[in-house]
Amino acid sequence: MKFEAVIGLEVHVQLDTNSKMFTRVPCGFGHPPNSLTDAVILGLPGALPVMNREAIEKSIKVGLLLDCKIASTCKWDRKNYFYPDMPKNYQITQFDQPICEGGEVEIELPGDSPAVMGKHRMVKLTRIHLEEDVGKLTHFENDSLVDYNRAGSPLLEIVSEPDLYSPEEAFSFLTSLRNSLIYAGISSCDMEKGQLRCDANVSIRPVGTETLGTKVELKNLNTISGVKNGVEYEIKRQIKAIEEKEEIVQETRRWNPDQRYTIPMRSKEMAHDYRYFPEPDLMPVKIDQEWIDQIAKEIPEKPFEKQRRYMEEMNLPYSITSALCPDFQLCQYFEQVTALTQDPRKAGNWVVNDLLRELSHSNEESTPTPIEDSPLTPEHLAALIQLIEKGTVSNNVAKELFPEMFSSGKSALELVKEKGLEAQSDQGEIESICAQAIESDPDAAQKFKGGKEGAINALKGFVMKATRGQANPQVVDETLRQLLAQ
Amino acid sequence: MSNTSIIEKTAVELSKSLISKELSATEIAQAYLDQIDRVDHQVHAFLHRDDEDFISQAKASDARRAEGKTLGPLDGIPVGIKDVISVKGQPLTAASKILKDYISPYDATVITKLKEAGAVIGGRLNLDEFAMGSSTENSAYGPTRNPWDFDRVPGGSSGGSSAAVAAREAPLTLGSDTGGSIRQPASLCGVVGVKPTYGMVSRYGLAAFASSLDQIGPLSQTVEDAALLLEIISGHDPLDSTSYPIKVPNYTSALETSLEPCTLGLPKEFFGDGMDDEVRKAIEQTIEFYKGLGHKIVEVSLPTTDLAVPVYYVIATAEASSNLARYDGIRYTSRSAASTNAIDVYAKSRGEGFGEEVKRRCILGTYGLSSGYYDAYYLKAQKTRTLIREDFSRVFKKVDVILTPTSPTPAFKFGEKSNDPISMYLSDIYNISTNLAGLPALSVPCGFTKGGLPIGMQLIGQAFEESSLLSIAHAYDREHRYGCKAPSI
Repeated sequence: MKFEAVIGLEVHVQLDTNSKMFTRVPCGFGHPPNSLTDAVILGLPGALPVMNREAIEKSIKVGLLLDCKIASTCKWDRKNYFYPDMPKNYQITQFDQPICEGGEVEIELPGDSPAVMGKHRMVKLTRIHLEEDVGKLTHFENDSLVDYNRAGSPLLEIVSEPDLYSPEEAFSFLTSLRNSLIYAGISSCDMEKGQLRCDANVSIRPVGTETLGTKVELKNLNTISGVKNGVEYEIKRQIKAIEEKEEIVQETRRWNPDQRYTIPMRSKEMAHDYRYFPEPDLMPVKIDQEWIDQIAKEIPEKPFEKQRRYMEEMNLPYSITSALCPDFQLCQYFEQVTALTQDPRKAGNWVVNDLLRELSHSNEESTPTPIEDSPLTPEHLAALIQLIEKGTVSNNVAKELFPEMFSSGKSALELVKEKGLEAQSDQGEIESICAQAIESDPDAAQKFKGGKEGAINALKGFVMKATRGQANPQVVDETLRQLLAQ
Repeated sequence: MSNTSIIEKTAVELSKSLISKELSATEIAQAYLDQIDRVDHQVHAFLHRDDEDFISQAKASDARRAEGKTLGPLDGIPVGIKDVISVKGQPLTAASKILKDYISPYDATVITKLKEAGAVIGGRLNLDEFAMGSSTENSAYGPTRNPWDFDRVPGGSSGGSSAAVAAREAPLTLGSDTGGSIRQPASLCGVVGVKPTYGMVSRYGLAAFASSLDQIGPLSQTVEDAALLLEIISGHDPLDSTSYPIKVPNYTSALETSLEPCTLGLPKEFFGDGMDDEVRKAIEQTIEFYKGLGHKIVEVSLPTTDLAVPVYYVIATAEASSNLARYDGIRYTSRSAASTNAIDVYAKSRGEGFGEEVKRRCILGTYGLSSGYYDAYYLKAQKTRTLIREDFSRVFKKVDVILTPTSPTPAFKFGEKSNDPISMYLSDIYNISTNLAGLPALSVPCGFTKGGLPIGMQLIGQAFEESSLLSIAHAYDREHRYGCKAPSI
């Protein structure tokens, strides 16, 4: 029997806000343990929560970005459970009235080759709700330590419908969602800092059937590839179990990324009656159309919309756009260069082929230097492209100059002067070399004058050889024609 | 001036003595400390005192006055605090063993406001553990006794706050009222107690019992004093999302303007069985008094009255079960020495740290929120709460205030109700519905039984109409001043 997988994802995103969800303490990563706390975070007697407006606005923004229905009121509930990751022993969250409902995420499936665009599809969302993050526990043999720095940070939970059918789709979903969130300035989505976390619900069913199989919840999928690998393993495990006539148990399993398998979590960690009830310390907040309209003005163009625009309006090849569009800042850079040069194609090629190479080589860490830190400014790159256009420098010279422009932050002109390369473009110098060429090959000159167009190439070859390929071919062509016409 | 004549004064009178330089804040503070020394071993209103801090605040007040930098009418006046309101650097036990070593690292908003007004913040006053009870018998540190009869309870949960005023151990105190916890003890101790409109006074820094019902309020000898204190502690607080953005009226000056004739409603459901005859008689006399002033008295109906107690015990316990979950033995609460693993830390610390009534309510509340029971209990109670609110709205279309007894009986004896939770719960039967409706209400002493026990009347007002509520109460209190009569102890 052939099986297909049905996957739903629950994505937790930490919002980039100045302060925590319900108090003034700042959010942050890498601070000394328990330094980002106060009476509210520590759940001291008498402490009360106060909503963070920025977090609510960012949640509405996500809703607009993903075409969700925005709730007319933002209402809060308490989720009660005893666990030391939350000093109050309840989490303030949204139970029956999430801030956003429905919505969809556009995904792209892998194409036949990296140069070919894959199929696009919309993946349905169930809901998005806002809550406070919990603290971080570290377990030792006899003790556990708690750090409440993360506790109370605004956390958005984005829940998809069971509308993904392969590990690759799950991977694409998460990548696309992440790109959109970074685009809109919602979150830095740094998975290493826990700013983006993902759980997956996985079930399988015989191909052609509609009923959903028993679902298994996967936890600890801490990287985007972890999601892909964990889901892939779990699908294989379930298929094998069914083929061996075992029953799939509805349970929560933990992905072990080092040894690459999933194991059931202890039932104590999952069986809960959370006793949800409306949070009496917070009043529901009305979300009116005016507020939504205000936030809608800040919604950026989505990554895939941008990609389509680049391909259609700027006539860029897919391979260039697929390198540009996942990175919002890179697109900004590219658009600045394009605006200055009016040549998107050249701008795209230089950014994707040359600039990306320098960025990835320039950092000793495994991650490339972010484009924001590029020493080479969009103005300098645009100027370089224009110098080639004008013939001041040849393409070869430009390619040679580029790494140094990047590392030094100097403009092309500065470097041309420093290196004495400008001579090669000097009109007088070229004229005299052209004259030498005609003198040394009168035969070719005669043939050209006699109407044999191709004969000029021999003369050009002489000039290029004499200038070691660094003379501007267009200038050489024009100069030779002028001299031969005399 | 003798200690007795100092502590007999109302807060307003003390304030005048300070202005006229007849008394210093230090003299006042010392007189109260002497009185506490003299009577509190019997009354047991105080769980904690910090005399040094108390006197140094009074000295600071005198220094301000000497420089002409007085902060207002409350500058130099002592205010005792129920041990459930955070004062920076002071213990907060909520009369529970589980918080026996806890020191508040911050000030509640009401305390910040009192400090800004120059008040001299006094000791920590006894209560039923976590404000759960009507007699202070549920205090883990022993009950407070009623200054009018040491064999009787002072009421509760703010029993320490009411007994301290009655025993002249403080001119003003703060209590908290979730289902009558200011008004009932005020009535049983013969003092004035005000529960403000929900949202009028910030709850920031009040250890929560039931968040949607709790309000901090003043206790005092007179309505005038209560108005003075209420004016200082009221107002919108950005740290409490349930506090209401409204400008605080000048209550004290409102008392001075002459009262227009108004309509007082008597809810017939409150005047049925279970009311003590002497209480009934005292209330009838107050009704006659108001008639005599030219006010109109009408009978009204609040048909949902008998639902208030069950609704309250579902909602209040549900919220409490969640609010008290933080007292878990992990960080700042006492951890059971017997605990060997994480579950033990919770179960044993809470098992050992909480008293019977707190456990009973946590279990009740947990049950009412559990899956399968939520709709039948919590949800139904919330719907009924709406009906109770609507009942009041309907009545307030016809009347300005509602007049009832505060408590069906005068102070009862120790042990009389402590083994029968239901009969204890019913002692707040006249108070609970106003918390459910979020309305302001107060208790004013309106006489004594033949046996010399105080009786209180309750006036219930419309939301955020404290001004008229206080004025109507003041019209009675000005003429009678039963709260100024001190027990002979």
